[in-house]
Amino acid sequence: MTTEPSLFDRLGGHPAIAAATELFYRKVLADPLLSPYFDDVDMDHQIAKQAAFLTMVLDGPNHYSGRDLRSAHAGLPGLTDEHVDRVISHLALTLRELGVADGDIAAAGAVAASVRDDVLNR
Amino acid sequence: MLLTFGGRGYELRAGESVLEGLARHGVGLPAACRAGVCHSCLLRAESGDPGEAGRDRLKATLAASGYFLACLARPVTDVTVAPAADVFTPATLLRRKWLAPDVLAVWLRPRRLVPFRAGQHVTLDRGCGVIRPYSIANRPAEAARAGLEFHVRVYPGGAMSGWLAAARPGAKLGVGVPTGECFYLPGDPAAPLLLAGTGTGIAPLAAIAHDALAQGHHGPAVVIQGAAEPARLYAAGPLVRGHVRHDGRPAVRWRSCVRSRGEDIGDVVVAEYAALTETAAARAYLCGGAGSVARMRRALFLAGMPLRSIQADEFVAARTAG
Repeated sequence: MTTEPSLFDRLGGHPAIAAATELFYRKVLADPLLSPYFDDVDMDHQIAKQAAFLTMVLDGPNHYSGRDLRSAHAGLPGLTDEHVDRVISHLALTLRELGVADGDIAAAGAVAASVRDDVLNR
Repeated sequence: MLLTFGGRGYELRAGESVLEGLARHGVGLPAACRAGVCHSCLLRAESGDPGEAGRDRLKATLAASGYFLACLARPVTDVTVAPAADVFTPATLLRRKWLAPDVLAVWLRPRRLVPFRAGQHVTLDRGCGVIRPYSIANRPAEAARAGLEFHVRVYPGGAMSGWLAAARPGAKLGVGVPTGECFYLPGDPAAPLLLAGTGTGIAPLAAIAHDALAQGHHGPAVVIQGAAEPARLYAAGPLVRGHVRHDGRPAVRWRSCVRSRGEDIGDVVVAEYAALTETAAARAYLCGGAGSVARMRRALFLAGMPLRSIQADEFVAARTAG
């Protein structure tokens, strides 16, 4: 238990996450390595999932789990560590644009990296 | 979970929607989009709880009256449900006019006023379980005078469009509850407006543009009409022209985007967006085929437009239940 506010709260809670999610999702969609996976995906559903993912890595109140990530990515062909690295890099760039300190970015990146095996179904 | 419909009980499997469950038992409800958009599969719960998911795409007044969407509803208790026939307002076909070889304008006079905002859509019910969503092509003030106007893409053998193509004035239909988020929001009369659509999607967009002007909008507005080939740019002029500002300049600019000329509607909306001097306040309205709307929305989003500034209405092709 910690009494220190989470990065989620320090960023401004849900409204800030909504803005961050758009920045993040735009980077992911613009990435030629990642965008083919989103061609036939409903943007509204996807942005809700991205918001849940960001809330998770920023230590906000969330119900997202490794199991959700495992089932969400199951059946996607050809996912590799490179895809995960790319997503973590877009996450870091998004947080940097929002003025988040390096230490916090590293912490969020570590949470994202911790679900790597779920995403890659290992 | 037990679902009672028409006096008979049907077992629902876990996670199955009301629409899917009934279809599995051979009961085909009217349905088109299966995604909570078109409202063709509206039902009313007489007892039991059809679940929150079936309600959250409905107007609060409808949800509070027990209505829900069968395509999204996953009941949490045993439920007894009934067709939502009473949400349809009886209406009479006033007149029809061919706007293009495959686009028919129809005007319907509902028995009582159906309040709506320009750009919204309704379901039309011709009986026999044939219910289809259509966008309203005129504004409330015009509809009060001339009847509700719809531009119907006529498909050979279409259960609704084929019937309308052969119907005579005086024919009876039901008009459902107007719905949809694609309408003009007052509050920023100087904001640039991008209105882009394909096929008959241009009809609600023209209504939105005219509604914006009627509400005092004075920011730049452009209507982009997309079509597969030049001959399919139906009714382009009359829909958009004829509205001039006090200074005599057109209040709404119109441009076409024709695929057979190699023009891509996603590229064209982004070019129009990029050409704006004030992008932060810009709003986009997108209507038409699901594929082209999704492409435009994604292109605008990638060009930097926030999703909340984009109102989109995807037309869905009818699919038969089961």
